[in-house]
Amino acid sequence: MMIFSFDLLINAVISGILIGGFYAAVTSGVSLSFGILDIVNIAHPAFIILGSYIAYIANATLGVDPILASIAMMPVFYVLGSGIYQIYYISFEKRGQESLRGLAFFFGLLFITEVTLVLYFGVDYRYVEASYIGPSWHFAVLDIPLRILVPCLVSLLMTAGLQIFLTRSFLGRAVMAVAQDQLALRLMAVDPIKIKRIAFGISIATASLAGAFLIVIQPVEPSVGREYIGRIFAICVLGGMGSLPGTVIAAMLLGIVESLTATFYGPSWAPAVSFGFLLLTLAVRPAGLLGR
Amino acid sequence: MIVRTPVFLLIWLALSAAVFGASVALGNDYIFFAGYVVLQYVVLSTAWNILGGYCGYVNFGSAAFFALGAYSSVAIYRFATDNDVLQMPIPVLMLIGGVVSGVVGFGMGYLTLRLRGAFFAIATLALAVVLQTLVVNWDYVGGSRGAYIIRPEQIAPIGNYIRYLFLVMLLLAVAAITIARLIEHSRLGYGFASIRDDELAAEASGVPTLRLKLVATTISGALMGMAGAPFPYYIGYLQPSSTFGLDYAVNSIAMPLIGGTTSWVGPLIGAVLLGSLQQIATVTISSAVNLLIVGFLLVIFVIIAPNGIVGLIHTYLQRKPDDFVGRRRVEAEMPGRTP
Repeated sequence: MMIFSFDLLINAVISGILIGGFYAAVTSGVSLSFGILDIVNIAHPAFIILGSYIAYIANATLGVDPILASIAMMPVFYVLGSGIYQIYYISFEKRGQESLRGLAFFFGLLFITEVTLVLYFGVDYRYVEASYIGPSWHFAVLDIPLRILVPCLVSLLMTAGLQIFLTRSFLGRAVMAVAQDQLALRLMAVDPIKIKRIAFGISIATASLAGAFLIVIQPVEPSVGREYIGRIFAICVLGGMGSLPGTVIAAMLLGIVESLTATFYGPSWAPAVSFGFLLLTLAVRPAGLLGR
Repeated sequence: MIVRTPVFLLIWLALSAAVFGASVALGNDYIFFAGYVVLQYVVLSTAWNILGGYCGYVNFGSAAFFALGAYSSVAIYRFATDNDVLQMPIPVLMLIGGVVSGVVGFGMGYLTLRLRGAFFAIATLALAVVLQTLVVNWDYVGGSRGAYIIRPEQIAPIGNYIRYLFLVMLLLAVAAITIARLIEHSRLGYGFASIRDDELAAEASGVPTLRLKLVATTISGALMGMAGAPFPYYIGYLQPSSTFGLDYAVNSIAMPLIGGTTSWVGPLIGAVLLGSLQQIATVTISSAVNLLIVGFLLVIFVIIAPNGIVGLIHTYLQRKPDDFVGRRRVEAEMPGRTP
């Protein structure tokens, strides 16, 4: 069953890196909300699936490119995200009940989104059509499917843009500051709640794009998001909670390990890898690779 | 009104004897099928509340602990049929399922509870996915095809097997409630409450927080596993995707939160109310819609009524007379200026 060959190994590593690029897009939203803002948004995968279905609808009815459609939808997701943060702030953060009830709130959102999607679309797998889905590039022994390469490149672009925003712009620096010292921010005449609302909006906006990547890479049905919960948080923790470069490195690491597992042990074992990653990180180095 | 534990237990045993007697008197076996599910949720939500409500640590992996119990029964059943040994009775299966889930709960807690609470919650979510992966890949318990269990038609003193399962679950529910209440009024319970209210302060005052949290995860996980152990015998055909379904996780969180998390009454009220509602809705509307209702109720209750139904009753009982007196006084001093 396990025939070791160099070609197989190289291909598995390359596809792991590509998938890792996509995982970076999936995780960057959580790195922002969980890592920086300390909001345990376990409903993030549900928003990603929502993004997938919107890209699917746009593609199936209007014939638009799924990734372009999801970029156009980002402002809508941003508004949705800021709205959710407002509710979260008033009902939980202000009352100091975010730990138990806030978690249950996001869990409820996750559940409602999933069941609503099941009721509307059923549990059939949906997929999209675009020019880059199907063909592959071949270099010697390498085999690079474009349906993974394109999301990976756009994802790295998005993550880089987010990193530049966080480190270079005033607003981005305010977001980083809100994580460290809210009182200091308030003394500088900046409203920390407003900054957090903007940051959470951005984190949900990334889910729109990540959703489009997901449905480009694989067919999607409503419960696919659950597989990503373990992955997302494993990457986020391993990446050092809120460090975007750390997130990219961790995402690629997980991608490579998963891809090797899938190649040499069979794809049905891949979901267990992320959990092992998560537990190992929590047990050995809770601060992550590039911990703050 | 503090009732001593043996008295409390006796009251509940008498009550459950009455419930069982009434169900037998009604003579319709459907009551046992529906009642079993409601009782199963009483156990699950009480178990969840021991960790979630008393300690304030959220467990999203109820389905995983439940399924662990169920699948350990399947493995034992398979072993017994393959080797032609006698099948184990349900109570023994429950004990084994409880031990397996308790050990897993302890392990999970040991790895994650030393960190912030959110990590435990995330780890339990991921645990469900991983255990499902393991079961899907484990052919001995049926893999993704699922496993059949042929339950005996009759059992000696009670007769119909579903009545026997119902009775076993009823006793487990009574045991779970008694344990929850016992914890609540013991040193352990006060320790749990101190963790929930301020873990740092508790740690600083010498409460062994990690040890207490491990006790809570172990008890809670074990009870969930015990609730799962008879499930294969109830359902007859066990399949990974339904056993690990999100509905167990969401129900065992929604029921205590809707009922009220601070005492044993809350999960009981929540489970009986929501469980019966779902049994009715599944028959009359559809099972997907009734899960949606549970999801919305959960979100609405955590936003509007943070202390659940029990909390609502408390505030109603306490505020009503005060308000009434206050309003009368205002009315007497300043006529026509009622606020």
